[in-house]
Amino acid sequence: MSILINKDTRVITQGMTGKVGQFHTVNCKAYANGAACFVAGVNPKKAGERFEDIPVYATVLEAKQATGATVSVIYVPPSGAAAAIDEAVAAELDLVICITEGIPVHDMLLTRYKMNGSKTLLIGPNCPGLITPDEIKIGIMPGHIHKKGRIGVVSRSGTLTYEAVGQLSALGMGQSSCVGIGGDPINGMKHIDVMRLFNDDPDTDAVVMVGEIGGSDEEECARWIKDNMKKPVVGFIAGVTAPEGKRMGHAGAIISGGQGGANEKLAVMEECGIHITRNPAEMGRLMQKVLKY
Amino acid sequence: MKIHEYQGKEILREFGVPTPRGTACFSVDEAVAAAQALGGSVWVVKAQIHAGGRGKGGGVKVAKSLDEVRQFAGQILGMHLITHQTGAEGQVVRRLLIEEGAAIAKEFYVGMVVDRGSQRVALLASSEGGMEIEEVAKHAPEKIRTVRIDPLAGLNDTDAAEVARSIGIPEVAVAGAVVALQGLYRAFVAKDAMLAEINPLVLTADNRIIALDAKFNFDSNALYRRPEIVAFRDLDEEDPAEIEASKFDLSYISLDGDIGCLVNGAGLAMATMDIIKLYGGNPANFLDVGGGATKEKVTEAFKLMLKNPKLKAILVNIFGGIMKCDVIAEGVVAAAREVHLSVPLVVRLEGTNVDLGKKILADSGLPIISGSDMADAAQKVVAAAKEAK
Repeated sequence: MSILINKDTRVITQGMTGKVGQFHTVNCKAYANGAACFVAGVNPKKAGERFEDIPVYATVLEAKQATGATVSVIYVPPSGAAAAIDEAVAAELDLVICITEGIPVHDMLLTRYKMNGSKTLLIGPNCPGLITPDEIKIGIMPGHIHKKGRIGVVSRSGTLTYEAVGQLSALGMGQSSCVGIGGDPINGMKHIDVMRLFNDDPDTDAVVMVGEIGGSDEEECARWIKDNMKKPVVGFIAGVTAPEGKRMGHAGAIISGGQGGANEKLAVMEECGIHITRNPAEMGRLMQKVLKY
Repeated sequence: MKIHEYQGKEILREFGVPTPRGTACFSVDEAVAAAQALGGSVWVVKAQIHAGGRGKGGGVKVAKSLDEVRQFAGQILGMHLITHQTGAEGQVVRRLLIEEGAAIAKEFYVGMVVDRGSQRVALLASSEGGMEIEEVAKHAPEKIRTVRIDPLAGLNDTDAAEVARSIGIPEVAVAGAVVALQGLYRAFVAKDAMLAEINPLVLTADNRIIALDAKFNFDSNALYRRPEIVAFRDLDEEDPAEIEASKFDLSYISLDGDIGCLVNGAGLAMATMDIIKLYGGNPANFLDVGGGATKEKVTEAFKLMLKNPKLKAILVNIFGGIMKCDVIAEGVVAAAREVHLSVPLVVRLEGTNVDLGKKILADSGLPIISGSDMADAAQKVVAAAKEAK
């Protein structure tokens, strides 16, 4: 078991034939059960062609009908990425993972609005994707740092997620699933949504939650954890040293109006029973201590 | 991306929001001529810098004669205007806005932001105009009215009028307020804004509603489709190092410490700054080289960091995913040679092709200090910076 995806998941790649899409499709296909999982690509101008022996369809709906795929991953450039999400939602997929960085926020506002009432879950945009180690990798993370196991990871960042995973793996703690939810202000699943799934997953024993400055999603998740979570959670927030009003790379990573500061987030998380560390090099060791590995 | 008040008012007028008449000026003579052309007997001389809090810092003055316009324009142009948003050095004033005076009966606040919580655009309005909205939020949150706007329907007449009444705009001026609020919202969407504020929005003695200030911040991800906004960019208002960085697609922010950081990924870059601080050091910058860094990009990143006279040491922290450690290592070696690196350099590599990367660093013959993990690297760079003092 795992959350959201496993070796039986079938995936459509939107933007597969572009440079970025090609590169990551090759890597995803080569990881674990990838050759069986990545069953379709979408490009209206290249329908009927193949890339890496994966058939290309004109639309997401056609790809879904032809292959039975229920998940899509998006590498479409920023100007067309929100429309690509819309298309996947309209085709009623279960899950859409948007890797694309740099989508205009007003595009995402409309796309999110149109998702109201839809059953489709969205991860991202501007995220590394998600992985269930030794089964399937959907996204741009390096597969080889992961190890199959029982720790869940949820994070707003890319490389900082790899850092957390690398520490866990080095200490012998494998992962059930790792989810990068992305650094944009308007996005799909939040920490709390992923945390709920880990809580219900019988194969996840504990969760590492990595957040960063900006917004109040981590606080909201922490309050939910206090009342509902049955498993230990280790938390870190990046950006204790970030000055107010300066955007730290991610569109969502900004402290404004005194809100979204790392210290405030860490304080709420600690109050809610999360095992926090202020040292990003200690995430793995803290988890080890909590679980007494 | 931020713009000046006078540019923001141009946008507001385009969307039907009334503002005082005014002219942007670059010299004292232009300011006097502008006042003369506007006519009347009261003018406002306003410093144009991107930071807020200009009034308190002495950057906004009311002139009752052309002589006073000349006097105030002379005082403000070229001054280092210090506000709570500029930092201690302040910002040099290079542009002025000369505006006709307005007879103010009451001041209000209206603003719009992209609200993460509701995933909508939120309209904020308050009876407490002219004050910092953050202060109002802290001390009198009940005085802020928030409406989340349906992106398909927009801000309708009923909601706009209701907001206007709720902050105390008198019945006679509600129609004018509706025009202003709806205009602000249309501008916000049409120009891809992330934040917009009119503070104050004023009720005049003759019951008109006008925008006395205009503050905008635009989504940098949408600038590709907003050339008219890009044309408003004023490089004098931006940090030269950050401008230079943006040319090479590097995300760079100057800080006031002495340890340069070069990292891939925004989250890891912030975490690297944090761990430096945790071990008693001070980061000189935030620098995210992104996922696809090349040798050239790494070299430019080194040059940028080395322009900082305070720099005492550099920490390179890379977790290679798409970006391979050997490519980064080659970039670091080439950059260190090209710039004749004069400060201690600590490198921590992890991830894809890490062994190859470490070998390249070791074989280079350069005095590179290797960090085995993030904590080890941070401790080493903090020690190196302290020794260099």
